[in-house]
Amino acid sequence: MSDAVAGEVADPAGSSAGDPDAPEVNHWWRLIAIWVVLSAILDPLFYVFAGPHIPPGRMTDTAGGAQFDFNVLLVIALPVLLGVWIFLIYAIVMWRASRGGPDPVGGPAARGNLSLQVGWILTTTVIVMFLAGFGTYELVQPGGAGGGEGPSPIWTPASHTVLPVQVIAQQWKFTYRYPTYGGMETTTLVLPDHTSIAFHVTSLDVIHSFWAYQLGVKADANPAQDNVAFTTTQQTGSFIVRCSELCGIWHGAMYNSGEVVSPTAFQSWATSTESRLAANTKLLPPFSYTYIPDANGADGGLYPDNVDPYSKIQTYGATPAKPTPKG
Amino acid sequence: MSRQWKLAIAIGAFVIAALGVMFAVIALAKEPPTVNYAAGHQAGQPVDVTLQTVGAYGLAPHPTWVSYETRTPQGQWVHTTLWQVPAHTRINVTIYNYDSGSPLRNQQIGLVAGTIGDTATLNGKTIHLINSNAGNGVGHTFSIPTLGINVPLYGNNGNANLCAVAPCTTKSPHEIIKFSFESPGPGQYPWQCFVPCALGYLYGNGGPMQTIGYMDGFMKVVS
Repeated sequence: MSDAVAGEVADPAGSSAGDPDAPEVNHWWRLIAIWVVLSAILDPLFYVFAGPHIPPGRMTDTAGGAQFDFNVLLVIALPVLLGVWIFLIYAIVMWRASRGGPDPVGGPAARGNLSLQVGWILTTTVIVMFLAGFGTYELVQPGGAGGGEGPSPIWTPASHTVLPVQVIAQQWKFTYRYPTYGGMETTTLVLPDHTSIAFHVTSLDVIHSFWAYQLGVKADANPAQDNVAFTTTQQTGSFIVRCSELCGIWHGAMYNSGEVVSPTAFQSWATSTESRLAANTKLLPPFSYTYIPDANGADGGLYPDNVDPYSKIQTYGATPAKPTPKG
Repeated sequence: MSRQWKLAIAIGAFVIAALGVMFAVIALAKEPPTVNYAAGHQAGQPVDVTLQTVGAYGLAPHPTWVSYETRTPQGQWVHTTLWQVPAHTRINVTIYNYDSGSPLRNQQIGLVAGTIGDTATLNGKTIHLINSNAGNGVGHTFSIPTLGINVPLYGNNGNANLCAVAPCTTKSPHEIIKFSFESPGPGQYPWQCFVPCALGYLYGNGGPMQTIGYMDGFMKVVS
């Protein structure tokens, strides 16, 4: 940056040009003043009015956490964006060549400005270091931030009453097993409001990924793996579940819908669905965290691994309504 | 090498590459024919769709692949899984299953769902589900996931003399599955078999399970 911008020499094209007695304009401080004022106005306006509408919403604590993270990043990014725009617009207005005026004359060669360079490095370092620390912390809060944590999660929800729901992916659909409701398996995901959920995500064939966008939950579905992800619902409403791992011809059609309903409505739905599906539930294998299919296809029977068919510890205190026998 | 030779070689290489790309595009864009059940349809009348499944298609280019076939309104069997039906119409489906069965990888798809009454008939008998661990098991399913439709197709005895060249006739061992559903609004709805029946492919879901015209297709709904 030239010394002229730093305000150390007289304005070459501004109001003082041609009038040696006019007071020298300090463009640097003027730019900073404009930037501070606009940032102080626009940042809070953005946070208050646009912030609540930033995806993925606040249907769960993990979705709310993601929304908060996006807002923090945007609130930090906005002044940076304003700084660039203000400088460009200011330069166009103040230092453009006027029609019919003298040809532009280059200023003195830039020899560096130590304070500006140090300030720039310090500012960007602080921003990047803060974002690294903030991002790392937010990646695990709350309860793993809705990401898959593998079979032995480190970050768990504070609540001791967690509803376990198994997500079973296969080419090309998701189904859901509720071990505390007799192990019934459904094609739609229904969850009670204001409840901590433990998703146990697994696959019967290739790698898929369970992505409930509005819930702020995303966890890989790997064959023979129990990938646990947590969230706590805090609003009723509907949501979409998609596969986010390219898994074959119908990957794009591998989606279905779900709903967060009141606890009373959930209880009613779960009880009636358990009863409606009872005949088929009897034919399902005992609930297991993983299932090992026959990789050769054709006689694709479903084989529980029988290592740990049902563990009270792994459901985080939840007790199955009808304990399934160890297979 | 002279300049003319270099130019000739460059042009020749370009032409060969362009032809290769053209043939690849033509091959990829080629799709099976669409059986039109919507043509001449009278409002309020149901549409009858007839399909069959065969364990081995029997003909080139993939004689060993399992496949669906579709019967035209004129009664001719066509090797395709693309068919067109009118919107908001009762669709009566009849499937002749000529393939054997097995236990399901996930018995959840043994449940009949999304059809009128959530039922189907198997050889004239009403069913709500098929226990794939009993009898001949389930050979295939007819499923339109976006509409929540799933119908398991009971398998034939694997030791019987099963049809191995499509189209099969009712002289071969077969099971007849019938069900009905209401077609939705206009659009293209993918349908598929959920049984990993592509023998020899990883997890049974490669080859015919991922090829339009075999075990996957589209129901094209028109207004």
